[in-house]
Amino acid sequence: MPGQLRILRAGPGATIQDGGRMHFRRYGITPAGPMDWAAFRTANLAAGNDPERAAGIEIGPGVLEIASEADAPLGVAFCGGGFSWRRGEQEFGPAARLVLRPGERLQARPAAGAFAYLAVAGGLATPLELGSRATQTRAHMGGIEGRMLRDGDGLALLAPRAAFAEARIAAPWLAPNSAPLRVVLGPQDDYFGAAALATFFTAEFRVTAATDRMAYRLEGPEIAHSRGYNIVSDGVALGAIQISGDKKPLVLMADHPPTGGYPKLGHIARADIGRLAQMRRGETCRFLRVSPEEARIALLRFEEEIAMTARHIFPFAARGDGPRPPNEGGGGWLAR
Amino acid sequence: MQAPPRYLPAGETALVVEFGAAIDPALNARVRALDRALAACPVDGVVETVPTYRSLMIHFDPRALSSAALIEHIRALALEPESGEAPRHWIVPICYAAPHAEDLAEVAALLDLAPERVAALHAGATYRVYMYGFAPGYVFLGGLPAQLSISRRPTPRPPVPPGAALIAGGQALIASIPMPTGWYNLGRTPAVLFDPRRNPPVSIDVGDAVSFEPIEAARFAALEQMARQGLPVARQKT
Repeated sequence: MPGQLRILRAGPGATIQDGGRMHFRRYGITPAGPMDWAAFRTANLAAGNDPERAAGIEIGPGVLEIASEADAPLGVAFCGGGFSWRRGEQEFGPAARLVLRPGERLQARPAAGAFAYLAVAGGLATPLELGSRATQTRAHMGGIEGRMLRDGDGLALLAPRAAFAEARIAAPWLAPNSAPLRVVLGPQDDYFGAAALATFFTAEFRVTAATDRMAYRLEGPEIAHSRGYNIVSDGVALGAIQISGDKKPLVLMADHPPTGGYPKLGHIARADIGRLAQMRRGETCRFLRVSPEEARIALLRFEEEIAMTARHIFPFAARGDGPRPPNEGGGGWLAR
Repeated sequence: MQAPPRYLPAGETALVVEFGAAIDPALNARVRALDRALAACPVDGVVETVPTYRSLMIHFDPRALSSAALIEHIRALALEPESGEAPRHWIVPICYAAPHAEDLAEVAALLDLAPERVAALHAGATYRVYMYGFAPGYVFLGGLPAQLSISRRPTPRPPVPPGAALIAGGQALIASIPMPTGWYNLGRTPAVLFDPRRNPPVSIDVGDAVSFEPIEAARFAALEQMARQGLPVARQKT
């Protein structure tokens, strides 16, 4: 037994995620997976894992405290949002990788942003369901019994190791960025007139309290339909911007159903979906229209950048000297 | 002459091939024909496809495939209207008696029909599986008799049990997991049609035919026992 990770305290919304449960959307099964895939991948890469396949913990807006019950030092990496992390008396910025001694505890506390990720070197060994460990609570699939994590859960480790030095992660893409969210029009942009589209791309929208892993409802000026709002259900992709009967945008997130019956004005570019995921109630965003090809190039460039995560990792001087990373990169979250 | 499909972007990682905008068996047959043709003649970079009533959504990896190359590949495919084999026909037992027919009386009152008549109409039709959607294993059926056309509820009802047979908006479906819904629950099957521990997780496929066999509550209990032991309860018509 390579040991386990003990959940001492799990705030609401903590789940096990991996890159997602692909190939079953035709049976109504959403891929799930991380809300901020860029941060998730960064944490996995920093922990030396396969960036998409290794399972880690997504921490929602609550506190998470874990203890290593591995029988040897255990490497972990964390990043995403503006969470503050603590190991004993040591405080860390929102992005670092550490080596936990057996029995050592680590705590995450949200300060800004909505989701943080904890990757464990070697990944978690919770059961695979249809090829994935990703949790989808509505369908009771994946993770532990398809539910959010609870105090006392023990998560089996797959192949724990600690073959790295403790370090801070200062990847520029983890810092807050208020640039407009890029949007590709379609497939039902012809359900909206020119004036409605102009409103959508010039107005400011505010994230409402109605946000969860399935969808983010936004508040702003009305986006009027020109041909009604009932369509015969068709496919839905991550980031789809549905305009339902109330004329307000509903952006479909990681746990979205694979089909839907409201017109979809467009889709948030995959490169920007994590930035929306990290927004909290009351925060605002704007949208920028891009072509599918522009969105594709943006995604490929972003993926290349993330693949270079190792370039943004800077070892601490030595363990035990109270590392406190400077306010750069991900640290910007706390400086706001 | 059939109109060519529309190719619509769903972001930079999915393409919608839309054959029409209606619920129509002929449109759905074209969707399934493209789905089969893509499966028979795959192109690198396609992750998965999702057939719906009137369109096929193709999820692809933009690192391996561009939307333009995908459209070119689709245009070159030869679409066979129907496969040579007859579709599978499933007989699904349904209990229209209490406690399994939670909304039957309400539907009967709304449609001004006797509850027995509602059940007989629902059980008397042969349905075609158009798509899965909404939630894992929710199987959407076309072919509901016009007399059972009823609008969706103004607000969702509490979660239906697994196996609930639902109707609304001129459509029928069989639920797999408890979910709140704006549809009406006419009865319930003891068959487990969705099981994430199996691969594929469903037995009934898009394009298959489905009809219902009314059963009494006692039979429901016996079949539920069988289903719990992993025995198949829905059977194929021979």
